[in-house]
Amino acid sequence: MTPVEIKDRLVQVVGEPVEWQAGPADAAFVVAPEKWYAAALALRDLPELDFAFLRTLCGVDRPAANCIEVVAHLFSYKHKHAFVLKTRVGRQAPRLATVSSVWPAANWHERETYDLFGVSFDGHPDLRRLLLPEDWVGHPLCKDYQEPPSYQGIPMMRPARPAMETKG
Amino acid sequence: MPALANRLSAMFGLAGLQRELLSTGLILLVALLVSLVVLTIGGIMSYVERRVAGRVQSRVGPNRVGPLGLLQWVADGVKLITKEDLVPRDADRPLFLLAPYLVVIGVFAAFASIPFGALLIAADLNVGVVYLLAITSLTAVGILMAGWGSNNKWAMLGGVRSAAQIVAYEVPSTMALLSIVLLAGSLSLQTIIGQQGGWPWQWYIFHNPFSFVAFFLYFTAAIAEGNRTPFDLPEAESELVAGYNTEYSGMRFAGFFLGEFSNVFLMSAIATCLFFGGWQLPGVSVAAQSASIGLQALGLVVYVAKVCCGCFLVIWLRWTLPRLRVDQLTSLCYRYLLPLAFVCLLGNGAYLYLVTAGSTLDLAVHGVVTALAGAAGAFFVWRVFYHIRHTHDRISIDLARGERSVFDAGVQKRGYGALRKAGLAAAVAAAAAAKESP
Amino acid sequence: MVAESRETPNQVRVTADEGREELMLNMGPHHPSTHGVLRFILHTDGEVMRKAVPDVGYLHRGIEKLAERNTYAGFVPFTDRINYLEPIFANHGYVMAVERLLGVQVPPRAEMLRVITSELNRLASHYVTLGSVAMDIGAYTPFVYLLREREHINDLMEALTGQRLTFNYLRIGGVAFDATDEWLKQVEQFVTGFEPIIDEFDSLISGNEIFVKRLVNVAPISAADAVGFGLVGPNLRASGVDWDLRRDQPYSAYPELQFDVPLGKGKLGTLGDCHDRFLVRVLEMRQSCRILKQALRKLPSGDIRAKVTRIKPAAAETYAAVEGARGELGYYVVADGTDKPYRVKVRSGSFASLSIVEHVSPGLMIADLVALIATLDTLAPEMDR
Repeated sequence: MTPVEIKDRLVQVVGEPVEWQAGPADAAFVVAPEKWYAAALALRDLPELDFAFLRTLCGVDRPAANCIEVVAHLFSYKHKHAFVLKTRVGRQAPRLATVSSVWPAANWHERETYDLFGVSFDGHPDLRRLLLPEDWVGHPLCKDYQEPPSYQGIPMMRPARPAMETKG
Repeated sequence: MPALANRLSAMFGLAGLQRELLSTGLILLVALLVSLVVLTIGGIMSYVERRVAGRVQSRVGPNRVGPLGLLQWVADGVKLITKEDLVPRDADRPLFLLAPYLVVIGVFAAFASIPFGALLIAADLNVGVVYLLAITSLTAVGILMAGWGSNNKWAMLGGVRSAAQIVAYEVPSTMALLSIVLLAGSLSLQTIIGQQGGWPWQWYIFHNPFSFVAFFLYFTAAIAEGNRTPFDLPEAESELVAGYNTEYSGMRFAGFFLGEFSNVFLMSAIATCLFFGGWQLPGVSVAAQSASIGLQALGLVVYVAKVCCGCFLVIWLRWTLPRLRVDQLTSLCYRYLLPLAFVCLLGNGAYLYLVTAGSTLDLAVHGVVTALAGAAGAFFVWRVFYHIRHTHDRISIDLARGERSVFDAGVQKRGYGALRKAGLAAAVAAAAAAKESP
Repeated sequence: MVAESRETPNQVRVTADEGREELMLNMGPHHPSTHGVLRFILHTDGEVMRKAVPDVGYLHRGIEKLAERNTYAGFVPFTDRINYLEPIFANHGYVMAVERLLGVQVPPRAEMLRVITSELNRLASHYVTLGSVAMDIGAYTPFVYLLREREHINDLMEALTGQRLTFNYLRIGGVAFDATDEWLKQVEQFVTGFEPIIDEFDSLISGNEIFVKRLVNVAPISAADAVGFGLVGPNLRASGVDWDLRRDQPYSAYPELQFDVPLGKGKLGTLGDCHDRFLVRVLEMRQSCRILKQALRKLPSGDIRAKVTRIKPAAAETYAAVEGARGELGYYVVADGTDKPYRVKVRSGSFASLSIVEHVSPGLMIADLVALIATLDTLAPEMDR
């Protein structure tokens, strides 16, 4: 099925998308955050869609649009078609329903998104940082991330380099 | 040795306390000698292991320290002696410090009763076999102490596993040795060797089919007791940590290390004594050998050669086979080796009962077993050399430093190495030219 | 959970609800094996595990953040470091995504060169993997044999790219260096010389009784689990799912090449156990040789690089994936019209395969966990980026 056909089928279940990005390269279906879980379930369970494989679930920080996009790339081995499902959450205290019960792979992807963007996933069995240490402050992949000056006493900024001596 | 003490005290007219002191002095001297011999053996075995490992793995092995790397073990010894002796902070200090000594004692003391020649034995005990089995069990205690005393969960796991393994494999090992003791009618090692002969069909391994199986039983069990691959889970490096000797450094680690390699030699020595005729020479009687120094020396050479073959086999197995998981290991012992060991023991006993020693049937059985085993052995050796001839080894053993393998002669022309060599030569030439013309 | 992982592992705890003793072991970040810097917190009863919790992030270098700071072309060497055992694949995924955004057509010679170096890289990566599996099981020798063979590939790639590990060979629009006839002859010589080695390896390891006993029926992963957890590559195929990006979503020069895709069959044990994962990789090596021979014969002449002047793709996004040695290595590239990517997300096979360890671990012994991690072929830098 082409992305447009998949979109039409999905619209029957969750209604019209917030935005349909037909895009020069990949098409994406932007759904409202409240319908995120329902859309995920539909994409996995409808037999003609059968998106059993969650390729990746990640965030994209868009301060210009004042949102964080959560993007899920899906694929179906049976029908050999791909799809991109997106949603937009606010940048202050972003929250979204978890889809780790739909795709077990989402467990770690959501932990990583929480780690790097700060998006909380409601209902996640074990939401804690994945890649960074537990006591790290800040979410690095946000565009306005400021590196802390030090971490546990280790300076994160290098001192200015001393002037190099030149041999005469 | 008591004879020697008597002769010396008679020569110098000593009696009473002085005689006892002389005896004690002699004992200490012999003990020192044996220790030195065992240390050297352990060191050389470590070198042999690394060299054989290198060749098995299609690489060279140590070849820098001394000719052919023969002094590598000396360098290792010096390095280990000069290393810092670390004791973990919360370790159980007495246990931690004592453990290597127990392992070392367990192995070194066993060498006191190993014959190297007709009269070359430190202590010819009349309970030799029992003494050997008992004293080598000290290593289990030492390993357990090392594991527990290190205050490290991984070390503890390794120590516990090792203890379980050694205890488990004691039984088939003992049964197999008992079969031979039955055949010889004595526990003394010199007697057992004396009962055999120099020719292969006079060895106990070819005595009857049951003793043939008993050898393999003993060999497998001995490898397991020595914590060698395929039974080296207690010290498995790829359990992602080292085993019971994780926290040891310097000379204490060397103690475990030497203990393991000397143990390999010990296992081989016991197998040679009990199964392969020990120091016996073909066609030479024990009395004749005891009388002549030359024949004794020859016997020593033959004996050491046999033991070295056994050691080589153990090392070869280490670098070929993967390791068994601990439950597979114990199940192998209790479900397969143990019943087999009992069968061997009963079989040997039945054979002794039914067949008169020295009769034609007896000799016929010896001959048949020798012939079959010899044929199998010859076939095996032929296959080994066949594979060596057809191997795809592209690394030469004579690879000097800087030389690359034979394959990429053409690639090297365009590779970084050749360019760098040329550049270096040019730079050296330019520097030399610059120096000459100030 | 947070408190647990901060507890010092040198404690024997009594859990309140079960009343049994639980030994918490730390399989620390330092390993004498080549999987990278990984840490596992094992909850065992001494030998059998109740749970193995991975603690990752030791190799997190912020590559995705660095992508936002570098230009498109300048980010290509960073992709090498995402997976240093299969850098060609790592380059390829990213470069393919950018080429798709730019609408650049890669010349056929460059595509075939990409395939040749990719398959050489797959061989090199499998050497390390299979050697590590053997080494973790206890047989140290096959690892050294395979590294000996890998040296030849290193030499070949050094002659071509100047690098032995992180090749940095692909460029946006083609490849960096052309291959001479002499080099191609060397590759052919290597491939012909290597095929008997696979037989040697097979006879030494794959059929070895002890090896089989250590791997068969250990941690079987069902097809449903594999797809659900996002396993890809040989792990997925070992569980019975017949999927290979090279055949089913062909890219680059793969449509012209004939090859089989080995599947796990559970011949010696359960479908999807460690032995299947191991065997699939051995069979893949044979197929790589087959592909290499065809590619060397079919290499066309021509340019090795399309003319790409300004790499400033219009605002768009795409996901492009290649079939690496560890499975699908995908790049989600978001462009915003400037000369630097807005977002690059790397999707690696090791991320998924490590996430399944916690699910599969209950009931395994510690030695089995080692076998599981080795056969899943997790590579920490790919996981942590």
